Amino acid sequence: MRILGVMVRKELMQILRDKLMLRQIFIMPVVQLLILSSATTFEVKRASMYVVDRDRTPASTALIERLRASGRFDLVGASPSMSLADDALLSRRAGIVVSLPAGFERDVVTRHAATVQLVLNAEDGAAAGVTQSYAAQIIAAYARELGADLVPAVMPAGIVDVRARGWYNPELNYRDYMVPGLLVQLVTVIGTLMTAMNIVREKEIGTLDQLSVTPLGRGTFIAAKLIPLLIIAMIELSLGLIVARVVFDVPMEGSLALVFFAALIYLIAALGIGLWISTLVDTQQQAMFITFFMLMIYLLMSGMFTPVRSMPDWAQWMAAVNPVKHIIGVMRAVMLKGATLADIARPLTFLAAFGAVVLSLAVRQYGKRVG
Amino acid sequence: MNITALRAFVVKEIHHILRDRQTLTILLLMPLVQVVLFGYALRSDVREVRVVTVDPAPDHATLAIRNRFAATPRFHVVAARATMDAIEPLFRRGDADVAVVFEPGFAGRLEGETPPRLMIAVDAADPNTGTTMLTFARAVIAAQEAEWQSGRRGVRIDVATRMRFNPTLESVNLFVPGLIALVLTLVSALMTAISLSREKERGTLEVLLVSPLHPTEIIVGKVLPYLVLAFANVVTAVLAARLVFHVPFNGSLLLLLAESVLYSLVSLSIGVLVASKTPSQRAAMLTAMMATLLPSTILSGMIFPVASMPRLLQVVTNIVPARWFIIIARGIMLKGVGLEHLWRETLVLVAMLLVMMTVAIRSFKPRLA
Repeated sequence: MRILGVMVRKELMQILRDKLMLRQIFIMPVVQLLILSSATTFEVKRASMYVVDRDRTPASTALIERLRASGRFDLVGASPSMSLADDALLSRRAGIVVSLPAGFERDVVTRHAATVQLVLNAEDGAAAGVTQSYAAQIIAAYARELGADLVPAVMPAGIVDVRARGWYNPELNYRDYMVPGLLVQLVTVIGTLMTAMNIVREKEIGTLDQLSVTPLGRGTFIAAKLIPLLIIAMIELSLGLIVARVVFDVPMEGSLALVFFAALIYLIAALGIGLWISTLVDTQQQAMFITFFMLMIYLLMSGMFTPVRSMPDWAQWMAAVNPVKHIIGVMRAVMLKGATLADIARPLTFLAAFGAVVLSLAVRQYGKRVG
Repeated sequence: MNITALRAFVVKEIHHILRDRQTLTILLLMPLVQVVLFGYALRSDVREVRVVTVDPAPDHATLAIRNRFAATPRFHVVAARATMDAIEPLFRRGDADVAVVFEPGFAGRLEGETPPRLMIAVDAADPNTGTTMLTFARAVIAAQEAEWQSGRRGVRIDVATRMRFNPTLESVNLFVPGLIALVLTLVSALMTAISLSREKERGTLEVLLVSPLHPTEIIVGKVLPYLVLAFANVVTAVLAARLVFHVPFNGSLLLLLAESVLYSLVSLSIGVLVASKTPSQRAAMLTAMMATLLPSTILSGMIFPVASMPRLLQVVTNIVPARWFIIIARGIMLKGVGLEHLWRETLVLVAMLLVMMTVAIRSFKPRLA
């Protein structure tokens, strides 16, 4: 036990001695959180609009005005020429072209039906879809208004007064949703990458052989390697939570203790993966590449950026055994929804089991390679 | 320049790369795995919505709406309750997405003066999915309303939409050009930085510096094999995208390859710069990751649209080379445009290359001191 204490202190000193590493460990994550949480948004705020109005009547002008007044569309150009509009799309000056055919107003008045053409730059398909639905909603509202004017005395019967509520994130703030995931990413990178690199470095320099001829037991050595990184990862998490709270005002509906408890259980799995990687490779470069490769798959398939339930079935099965998916779900549930221990018991049990299996496999593997 | 010595040096470098099977496998596999991940797994369309209905006093109108939800393939009714109790835990555990709550006396009010109230509560923790689910739920109710009101009609304005450059809205079409940028960054900047700083850490760089090779030749020799590797990766990614996902390729392949080389050179310069500024492999790796990989994925518009970012961050994205390259790659692949529309972005990359290369060669000291 005393030896373990000495070893942990030695490891901590070794990590903290390196000023550059220290900066990387403590300052970069904060910067990363600040930048990432602002940048990782799919929210489509405004689109640049080009108008081809071949009708030029009060009805067509009013429709364009409606779109502009919504605050979603900035008018960047207007002309009656579709080829000029096309050029604006190609050179990315415009994101959407609204085209009103000649006779728009006449059709509205006489036939009570008219057509508007929207042409979108759909390079980014998702964003284009959102922009299109904004435009369609505004146009539909305009049509209803025209209907009330032109076709009077429509009975209001058969109408439902729909009230919508967005629970857990009523202001639809994307940042609140991303921050719990980003915190997980932070501790994962520290936990897995640093563990793998740290042990491989001793291997590369040759000090690992020196350590293995000391009376130090294998268990003590591994514990001495993992505990400091566990501590650092927890400090990182605290730092991240403070930034999230103070700078971004991200809600903490559930218990803070539960967040730390869940993170601790998850980190055992994350460190175990790092240890396991370190037994497979010989150089830091390899360790970095393998870790990076694995983390990329883990993070992308975890539902951090896109919902797991939108994935095809095989990807959902893969996600079911992905520890990152479970911990992100837990963090979001506790921080945004105020979930209690009972609510998250299922994923926590999985994480604990995963951690136990990976860590014991890694320790066995470690023994085979070095012992 | 001493061609024979340079060739020998490049051959040595290639041996280094080929010897490390693990890293090489990952490098060659990476673009394939990424194309598959981005192509199949990463989509944000909502496939299935789990609904809970809360109907305290069922009547023919509420049943009509409930049946409509049950009959819509996208919706899956997981529970029907009479009160609001015990709805929340379903949401907290993530077992339900939408709650449809009726008020008592629903059918009676439908014919009266004040319309009946109906609440749709969605799990909006993920704002995107939340908004989409709400839109779907509203559409179901709107369809029922339309049935009740059939016969009475107002004015209709039809919206004819044309999605240019990506008519099926496939996200893979958007991601593949970005992926090329990511792979190029990874191979060019990260690998160069690590490989150079490893020589530094092990002391073999000193050996190289006292050799007849000029420092510039050392850099060229270091960089050349990685350029070839990067090139191979671009071709793999484009082929995989084309054959497996049928991503369109409307423009000139030659132009794309030329622009890829240009972008690679910018990344390589950053890699050399990082290596000369950092003391160890670990530091070089972390710095290269922070300086290149992160901006290339997050601040480049590859996944998250630049237009959605805060103004200040949008300004910052201008100094990210990947941002410009992605515009170019998307322009060539999806829009089929040529230099006449992309000269500005190309010029930005050229300027970046000149600056980065000058700084990198300057900072690569011929002496280790």
